[in-house]
Amino acid sequence: MTVTDTDKPILVVEGLNVHYDTGKGPAKAVNDVSFSLKAGERLGLIGESGSGKTTMATALMRLTRAPGRIAGGKVLLDGQDILKMSPRELRETRLRDIALIPQGAMSSLNPVMKLDEQMIDAIVAHKPGMSRAALDARVAELLRSVGLDPSVAKRYPHELSGGMKQRAAMAIATSLSPKVIVADEPTSALDVVVQRQVMQTLGRLQDGLGAAVVLIGHDMGLIAQFADIVGVMYAGKLVDIGPVRQMIETPRHPYTKLLVESLPGIEVKQALTGIPGLPPPLVDLPPGCSFNPRCPFAFERCRTETPLLQDVAPGQQAACHLYPEHQVLPPLPAMAQSHNGEARP
Amino acid sequence: MSRELARYLATRFGQLLLIVFVAVSINFIIPRLLPGDPVQTALARLQATGGAQNVDIQAVSAAYRAKYGLDAPILEQYINYWFDLFRLDLGVSFANFPEKVSTMIGNALPWSVTLLAVATLIAFATGSLLGARLAWPTAGRGIKAFVPLMMILTSIPFYLLAIILIYFFAVVLKWFPPAGGVDTTRIMRLDWATTEDILRHAFLPCLAIVLGNVGFWALGMRSQMVSVLGEDYITFAEAKGLPPRRIFVWYGMRNALLAQVTALALSLGSVVSGAVLVEVIFNYPGLGSLLYVAIRGQDYFVIQGVVLMLIVSLAVLLFLVDLIYPLLDPRIRR
Repeated sequence: MTVTDTDKPILVVEGLNVHYDTGKGPAKAVNDVSFSLKAGERLGLIGESGSGKTTMATALMRLTRAPGRIAGGKVLLDGQDILKMSPRELRETRLRDIALIPQGAMSSLNPVMKLDEQMIDAIVAHKPGMSRAALDARVAELLRSVGLDPSVAKRYPHELSGGMKQRAAMAIATSLSPKVIVADEPTSALDVVVQRQVMQTLGRLQDGLGAAVVLIGHDMGLIAQFADIVGVMYAGKLVDIGPVRQMIETPRHPYTKLLVESLPGIEVKQALTGIPGLPPPLVDLPPGCSFNPRCPFAFERCRTETPLLQDVAPGQQAACHLYPEHQVLPPLPAMAQSHNGEARP
Repeated sequence: MSRELARYLATRFGQLLLIVFVAVSINFIIPRLLPGDPVQTALARLQATGGAQNVDIQAVSAAYRAKYGLDAPILEQYINYWFDLFRLDLGVSFANFPEKVSTMIGNALPWSVTLLAVATLIAFATGSLLGARLAWPTAGRGIKAFVPLMMILTSIPFYLLAIILIYFFAVVLKWFPPAGGVDTTRIMRLDWATTEDILRHAFLPCLAIVLGNVGFWALGMRSQMVSVLGEDYITFAEAKGLPPRRIFVWYGMRNALLAQVTALALSLGSVVSGAVLVEVIFNYPGLGSLLYVAIRGQDYFVIQGVVLMLIVSLAVLLFLVDLIYPLLDPRIRR
């Protein structure tokens, strides 16, 4: 893992809001999220299903589709706001500066085009006028860089395995050496062995390019292995963000703590614990902190006042009313440890 | 050509042969299962028109039987039938004795094939393009107005549409001739005047087929395209920074067309039967009119010949679609 220290962050997200318009009002899938990322940094964004991770990933590249709508905020890529670009600028920026490794790699390749055509398509859209020989050479080079044999270039997607398709998608995403790579659950639907290989390949590519990576996922173990910084999303909000080691060893936000505790260990066999309850519906968030109905620490203030992100430790911010009164998370209240689904103090 | 592809083609060709074999056999058997005797019918007709009043009926029917080979055992008749087919001998017409059925079909076929092929292709191409455009997110209000129009067009019966067209363009405006394939007085030559005459006559039937079908293709393509545009590979294509036109054609339409071609193959049968109607209404000198007249006149050999022709050409068309399909969808090549 390399963290290149440059002064200026490459990606700055400020107050990003993405809403899905529904009959009951807007569902705030991404709710006032801000973070920044330096070149070479790896940010892992984690959250439950429906916490707004994928919506966020697509919004970073302005790929949000109706009924989704980017309701406000800024996505500054090297100082330029992606959300304000003209369609042409946006087209040129995608892939060249910010690239997506898609979630459903199985279905992210056009089934009727050979792999090399799809790769060349992407390159030619940004660098017209390259000779066919140069393009073919580049395709072979890219395939090798993700650990694929160059001969797969002439294959159709249905002739590739899931892991190969994911690698192919990575080859396409890195074909123009982007500054930021958004990887949206790149290993979903892959088995653990292939997951590991794919993540190692992603890490190697990122090291080579010096790009910043936003890795989105729901697998705490996977994210912890890969990322330098971990951000935790809950009900559309970024509720906790900090260096990976600190986040896992001394989680500050109650939700993060419960997430970490739900990781199964191998030394100590114990019953799998989960987090009781379900995330709130995004159209009808509870007043105050969105997590308060499930939080074993929740007290009166949590039910009325929405907590904002605040510094809780060096490099770590959490949105929780327990701070700044506490230094670290206090021990769980005894009543809540039973996890009986009605966890309230 | 890969071995997979070769096997695919061989299978499809085998299917074509099988269909033709079954069609020919049924075409042989069905008339022989029908109640009544074609010879008796022919004689009755002869007598009804005042002929053969004082002749030996037995002798005449024996002569007829020998002439049509109906006195031979059924298996021998079947084999003879195949031999006749290979010599393109489909018998002779009762109504236009002694014209050969093969000649009549030969005369009618080019008219039908050209009209149908051109009209269907125009309808398919414009409908698919329009449907794809309708599904594209930037479709404007102007183009969206086509949706109700398409729905109206698809729901109007074919014959009504044809009659409306004849009334407006041939009777009221007199822009196009109301019927026929070519002016009755024209001597057919390979020159511009003849071509123009043929085109002028073909215009209204062609328009009727196009209008009657374009809505079906447009609406089908629209729903296909909408579902294709929701696919992950479209999002990824956008993330690659491809120009919208490229995404529209090569990622959107290219995939949506697969289902359209299947629909085309499935609808070929109704395309042909619809054409019979159009030809009858416009009195167009194609297979449809020939079949219609033959049925009205109980001209068995002509009916048999035309039906056989239709089945075989449908089988060939389906075979052609099967040939095109692996070019469109690489997943089919097995």
